[in-house]
Amino acid sequence: MNRTELYALAQSELDRQQKFRCRLLCCASTPCISSGGLAVQEALKKAIETDGLQAEVEAVATGCMGPCSRGPLVTVKMEGKEDVIYENVTPEIAEKIVDKHVRKLSAPELEGRALPSDWPFFVKQKKIVLADSGTIDPEKLDSYIARGGYTALIHALREMSPEEVCEEIVRSGIRGRGGAGYPTGLKWHMVRKAPGERKFVVANGDEGDPGAYMDRTLMESDPHRVLEGMAIAGYAVGADQGYIYVRGEYPLAAKRLERAIKAAERKGMLGMRVMESNFNFRIDIRMGAGAFVCGEETALMASIMGRRGQPVPRPPYPANKGLWGFPTLINNVETFGNIAAIIGQGADWYASHGTEKSKGAKIFALAGKVVNTGLIEVPIGITLREIVYDIGGGIPGGRPFKAAQTGGPSGGCIPAEYLDTPIDYETLQKLGSIMGSGGLIVMDDQSCMPDVAKFFMEFCMDESCGKCSPCRAGTVQMHRMLDKITKGLATMDDLARLEELCLMVKETSLCGLGQTAPNPIYSTLRYFRDEYEAHIKEHHCPAGVCQMAAKP
Amino acid sequence: MSVVTLTINDKLVSAQADKSLLRAIKDQGIEIPTLCHLEGLSERGGCRLCMVEMQGSPRLLASCVTPVQEGMVITTHSERLTNYRRMIVELLLAERNHICCGCVMNGNCELQSVAAKLGVDHVRYDYLCPDLPMDASHERYVLDHNRCILCSRCNRVCDEVEGAHTLDTAGRGIDSRVITGMNQPWGTSRSCTGCGKCVQVCPTGALFKKGATASEMVKQHDFLLWILDGRDKKIWRWS
Repeated sequence: MNRTELYALAQSELDRQQKFRCRLLCCASTPCISSGGLAVQEALKKAIETDGLQAEVEAVATGCMGPCSRGPLVTVKMEGKEDVIYENVTPEIAEKIVDKHVRKLSAPELEGRALPSDWPFFVKQKKIVLADSGTIDPEKLDSYIARGGYTALIHALREMSPEEVCEEIVRSGIRGRGGAGYPTGLKWHMVRKAPGERKFVVANGDEGDPGAYMDRTLMESDPHRVLEGMAIAGYAVGADQGYIYVRGEYPLAAKRLERAIKAAERKGMLGMRVMESNFNFRIDIRMGAGAFVCGEETALMASIMGRRGQPVPRPPYPANKGLWGFPTLINNVETFGNIAAIIGQGADWYASHGTEKSKGAKIFALAGKVVNTGLIEVPIGITLREIVYDIGGGIPGGRPFKAAQTGGPSGGCIPAEYLDTPIDYETLQKLGSIMGSGGLIVMDDQSCMPDVAKFFMEFCMDESCGKCSPCRAGTVQMHRMLDKITKGLATMDDLARLEELCLMVKETSLCGLGQTAPNPIYSTLRYFRDEYEAHIKEHHCPAGVCQMAAKP
Repeated sequence: MSVVTLTINDKLVSAQADKSLLRAIKDQGIEIPTLCHLEGLSERGGCRLCMVEMQGSPRLLASCVTPVQEGMVITTHSERLTNYRRMIVELLLAERNHICCGCVMNGNCELQSVAAKLGVDHVRYDYLCPDLPMDASHERYVLDHNRCILCSRCNRVCDEVEGAHTLDTAGRGIDSRVITGMNQPWGTSRSCTGCGKCVQVCPTGALFKKGATASEMVKQHDFLLWILDGRDKKIWRWS
């Protein structure tokens, strides 16, 4: 495939789409499927078939549209009209949608089901990675190409040297989206410069934080965007083989990626002589087997190599010695999702979003006690208040906001007094939390903070790999102490011992899992120490969550 | 081989550039506790007892997996380090059933001696007292999970030196267990050569030779009758 052919393909797909007077886009990512999205899709197709309108109306399965709690979602695209999104669609409602928009009948049942186009949930977002999610069919390559897909890859291959590509990524200011926020461009340069007979590119799609599903959505909704980013990375660092490590619990994402890889290989966008250049790049999928720790880069590589998924001490860093001892570039799939946009629209355009030190936009999985939960992509630097109250629509029942938890089990809580601070890597770190991979759980006054800390500690305890003793045995002991506190059986001595243990586990653990496991305790202690003390001294849970044991 | 110069406990020392920090520390005659490290096996960095402080680094370094570097300023013993080491040993003691008085390795156990040297005279954490099995199906050796600290020396020696890879680790976190031959009874393992290297490298009583435990001594009181009957009645019982 060369550039002319690519443009021709894009044009023919656009022409095909324009032949339809109405296109019904039905979300087919996991949240909508689990609330009955497939039946809705069937109903739409059936209605079109019954009327024999296949030539005029099309029903398309797309990726995620955002407000997942309101699914299944259906978008109606009409020539010359604004898009309409319907929420909570059932097969019966789907029939009514066809009635209204295709058959031009009145459908009073649809009253109040259409999401307003000026809804703050949409308006406040800045979609870069998710720009095409919800409009394209993730199982069709043409659909991605019609939106300008693979033009960035061809641009990089034809007009840029590998060094220029790395430099462009540096200039964009993008930082790793997996959570730690290491400057992506620097990492690319490091791998490019590292001596090695072979090099590898790895996309980390082993997302495991409770409540987070950014990576899954990206892989399910726009798999080609990830592949394109990886291919550009492969060209930039000099790798000829890429791996996508997909979490074992994401079979749909793996299936769509696999189809995407096959389709891209068939059209010459991956494989030998990518886009008729001298660059070869294969991508293979590796499925995880359900271990959270495999999201840690060294454990992930061990898993790819067929070994037990346990971290190994760094240095040497993967950039110098990674898969089978060769230099390896590991980025999160969301980071790769940004690459095509940076190369395609330029580093300056990208750097115009975000803050001084954190550029671009970040996907968050908004969950917990908010009216609108779902997947959002917001410019970095947006305030927490805007996310919770504008995009999220506030707390159900008008209850007071207590804290937001970011960064999953490695992160911490941001209390109400910091609602107006901008969300970026540095600020969150100063507040004792982390940006993390993008889980954002909102809590109201009915959440008990020691109980929250216990929940995350239980998670870390279950997911510790068992290699180093502080994490393996320490998380168990920390969990026991938190359990005692939430049952009202602890003493202030126990609390002091807990804090001491937290510090030890943080400073001596081998990998990020253990080093950050105490973070939820630290941050809840920092802002809500009074709640811990109420449990201990007053034998009382202020939020009314914990069941106190009988006094010993 | 090039040589680097570094400072260990305020003393300027030189070490070969390909050596680990732990080696350099030990070469100075400084005693530093270790459990997963064993000369001759690959380093694991798992027990975290050999952690040291390095000037200018906010993080502690596991010296066994840290290569020496020019200009490092290392402190091997401080109040913080000793306290952490003690806590780690306490966590290990609380993790499984380390009851010295009933253990074959009592007096020769590395965990016991590390604990004694660190002055661990009590454990501040809840004993987890897990209900763990023993595998005595092997002809000559026994695997007792109650004493295992998951240092993986046995895994490594079986893989790296004997080349059998009979031993491995299954499960994760607190549920990790040393397993034999794809998690089958040790006695049924076809890959085990019976070399006993695992037993020799085990720091605790988790792996031991049969015939060595407290209750394995069997006495034959009827031997007296054999002798007396033979001597007095000329009845010799040979069986």
